[in-house]
Amino acid sequence: MTDPIYKTDALIAEDIDAYLIQHQHKSLLRFITCGSVDDGKSTLIGRLLYDSKMIFEDQLAALEADSKRVGTQGQEIDFALLVDGLAAEREQGITIDVAYRFFSTENRKFIVADTPGHEQYTRNMVTGASTADLAVILIDARKGILTQTRRHSYLAHLIGIRNIVLAVNKMDLVDYSQSVFDQIVADYTAFAEGIGITAFTPLPISGFKGDNITAPSANTPWYSGPTLMAHLETVEVDVTADQAKPFRMPVQWVNRPNLDFRGFSGLIASGTIKPGDAVRVLPSGKTSTVSKIVTMDGELDAAIAGQSVTLCFADEVDCSRGDVIAIAENPPQVADQFEATIVWMDDDAMHVGRSYWLKLGTQMVSATVQAPKYTVNVNTMEHLAAKTLELNAIGVAEIATDKPIVFEPYADNHTLGGLILIDKITNRTVAAGMLNFSLRRAQNVHWQATDIGREEHARLKNQTPRVLWFTGLSGSGKSTIANEVEKSLNLMNRHTFLLDGDNVRHGLNKDLGFTEADRIENIRRVGEMAKLMADAGLIVLTAFISPFRAERELVRSLLPEGEFIEIFVDTPLEVAEARDVKGLYKKARSGALKNFTGIDSPYEPPEHPEIRVNTVEMTPVEAAEHIIRKIMPLK
Amino acid sequence: MARILTHLERLEAESIHILREVVAEADRPVMLYSVGKDSAVMLHLARKAFYPSPPPFPLLHVDTTWKFRAMYDLRDRMARESGMELLVYKNPDAEARGINPFDHGALHTDMWKTEGLKQALDLYGFDAAFGGARRDEEKSRAKERIFSFRTASHGWDPKNQRPELWHLYNAKKAKGESIRIFPISNWTELDIWQYIHLNDIPIVPLYFSAPRPTVERDGMLLMVDDDRFPLAPGEVPVERSIRFRTLGCYPLTGAVESTAATLPQVIQEMLLTTTSERQGRAIDKDAGGAGMEKKKQEGYF
Repeated sequence: MTDPIYKTDALIAEDIDAYLIQHQHKSLLRFITCGSVDDGKSTLIGRLLYDSKMIFEDQLAALEADSKRVGTQGQEIDFALLVDGLAAEREQGITIDVAYRFFSTENRKFIVADTPGHEQYTRNMVTGASTADLAVILIDARKGILTQTRRHSYLAHLIGIRNIVLAVNKMDLVDYSQSVFDQIVADYTAFAEGIGITAFTPLPISGFKGDNITAPSANTPWYSGPTLMAHLETVEVDVTADQAKPFRMPVQWVNRPNLDFRGFSGLIASGTIKPGDAVRVLPSGKTSTVSKIVTMDGELDAAIAGQSVTLCFADEVDCSRGDVIAIAENPPQVADQFEATIVWMDDDAMHVGRSYWLKLGTQMVSATVQAPKYTVNVNTMEHLAAKTLELNAIGVAEIATDKPIVFEPYADNHTLGGLILIDKITNRTVAAGMLNFSLRRAQNVHWQATDIGREEHARLKNQTPRVLWFTGLSGSGKSTIANEVEKSLNLMNRHTFLLDGDNVRHGLNKDLGFTEADRIENIRRVGEMAKLMADAGLIVLTAFISPFRAERELVRSLLPEGEFIEIFVDTPLEVAEARDVKGLYKKARSGALKNFTGIDSPYEPPEHPEIRVNTVEMTPVEAAEHIIRKIMPLK
Repeated sequence: MARILTHLERLEAESIHILREVVAEADRPVMLYSVGKDSAVMLHLARKAFYPSPPPFPLLHVDTTWKFRAMYDLRDRMARESGMELLVYKNPDAEARGINPFDHGALHTDMWKTEGLKQALDLYGFDAAFGGARRDEEKSRAKERIFSFRTASHGWDPKNQRPELWHLYNAKKAKGESIRIFPISNWTELDIWQYIHLNDIPIVPLYFSAPRPTVERDGMLLMVDDDRFPLAPGEVPVERSIRFRTLGCYPLTGAVESTAATLPQVIQEMLLTTTSERQGRAIDKDAGGAGMEKKKQEGYF
């Protein structure tokens, strides 16, 4: 057992006030540990906590009892049990989620993210890495570099961690062999260069036995470098780098306690700011001057990256949550199309063209992702062609947002370049993304203002535009009912147009098939076309299965409030299948037709349609009359 | 020119950022206020986050009627000083049935705290609740996100947590679901004490040692805070110099013998001690090693 040099520092007992002042000035290092299953991550962290005396007697007593009961180290203390917190993982002897640990030495406070090695939990590793200054990559000396080692090294580098420690663990099981260590370091060097890691610190250790953790080991006389703890305590972390960059602060909240005070609260992402500095609010581009920096501890002369503050301006300038306050002469860019590197984190693969929430800084917008340009094979760094991104895939793709956002490339600014995608239906965080650059296309295509707008078009036709969106299973009666509705509207001198699923696929969408991605693109195009027709003043009827809620909601969001009328043609599958007007169900059941809605592709019924028609109880004409009654008047 | 922020400055900025994100994105936030030292720091951070406005949400105290009297005093004082609305909720069912820690054991915590909390959140329709839990306290806490999602029935699913990257928190949720948010997740016990010291934050005097009437029960030193404490025939409370490392229901919270009467002395004692702070809490020992994990799945904070 190593010497307990890290806690009971004499100062605590002798002069607590002096100790407190010293502790108050400690810096902070956040790091992650990653490696493959059984590389001994949990054991290493347990060891760091134990050797820095962060484990109390009652915890140690519980640990000793647990070690004997469920430990994997015989009668010896199993440090892994300290950190494998959940009952589920203790039973299975694995780590299933990222866990955060804390310890401190005389010079630093440490926050450790313990990230699991199982491939299916790579998303947790990315989560842990996103806030880390340093990564400890563990290798089992007996096994050398594995797939997971490459994946984790690549991810750590991708997330922007510049300090990498290669901890060659379990040296006790290879007789502390220098040649084993040297070979692993050589192998890793060759791999690391290939992905752009230019420097790393290799260390021979044993988390279980304690070699080179807090004290130099007598078992590795051939190693003269620092111990792991000594390295963590002294490694230079570039904490001041963000301060040297131009000032940026995403606005979180507008503080208005009364009419005399209006402040903008946020966490400073980069740079420094002081009263009198000229600032620009983006995306509007309006400028003002900082009049004061307000905190409860008094007004500040200056504030720096990493501080949470409230800024007041000299003038009344429009500024709200989602805006970015930047130094006036050097503002960030604004764009709506980007190339991004995306790590997919959800069990449901990415849907090309689907609308997701995109959160970047404090901005929340709708965004769609194109098919990836390529995905990265993390073992070989090869670029592979792919149609989508599955769980744990890393790919490069174009992202388009529904309105311009303020951004910087991730390499320049993690706050304004790092994003998450959120599924609009499940609300899950499905991906993390890093913006590489904006596409010139977005900078060069501008909206052309025209003099005759949608109001003028509609007024001439003496009607209010509508999109009557019929959705339902194949054979439910969408086209038949839509046709009846259009006939009635025509008799009433309304200007209409019926977009039918089958007909559109003969022309505009004849390049699309029936995969999930193609179905989404099909509906996106129809939605955009329906919007153009509504802008032209028409009452548009569409008859498409449109099986996914997310795409129907996307079309709704394209139109002014109230113009999108979702009509659910509610026909049970048995009834539609029994009708089988086109013989498609029969083909689908026999396997001759793939991806058929209701059979081997899902249909998501509307939750709150504006109109529902039941075709079991109503004839098509009755259904049409019901719809007409609901949508009148149309002026 | 460049200045390195200290670890406490970084923790403070992170917590304030979290508090503001929730207020910006949630419909009806509330702060769970337990009157302990962690709650004291969380409340102080909230006052800093929204200054000069008062924090734009109420404080909620889920009362068990068995807290130390000194806790009720500080609770009412802090509500006045912060200008925040204080909501006190007591589970009417537990009250009617006279549930107490002496006769009902684990049922006491379950009904007053777990059930009481769920009832209060449902009653007021809060969709986001701040809690003062820290990751260094307990093993299942170490694996919980800062934004922790609860089903409509308040359950926690540790295997289905949303990834949390950078400072980006996903606060989207379906109707009926709620979020528990832990703004001081990354603080340690020492950080809390040091911050209280540096900011001169009011805390319950029970954290400082003083002569108090005590009895021993099951190896724990309990304080006789009022006349509801059942004494054995002929038993007389013994006056001892004691203080508390954590505060809960007085019949369930063990004291330590101590002479630490100032904050630096308390910190000194904490740093030199050999037992963890939750050691005096009976609640963690229910259901074996997985006590807290199981409670959280049932809806406990």
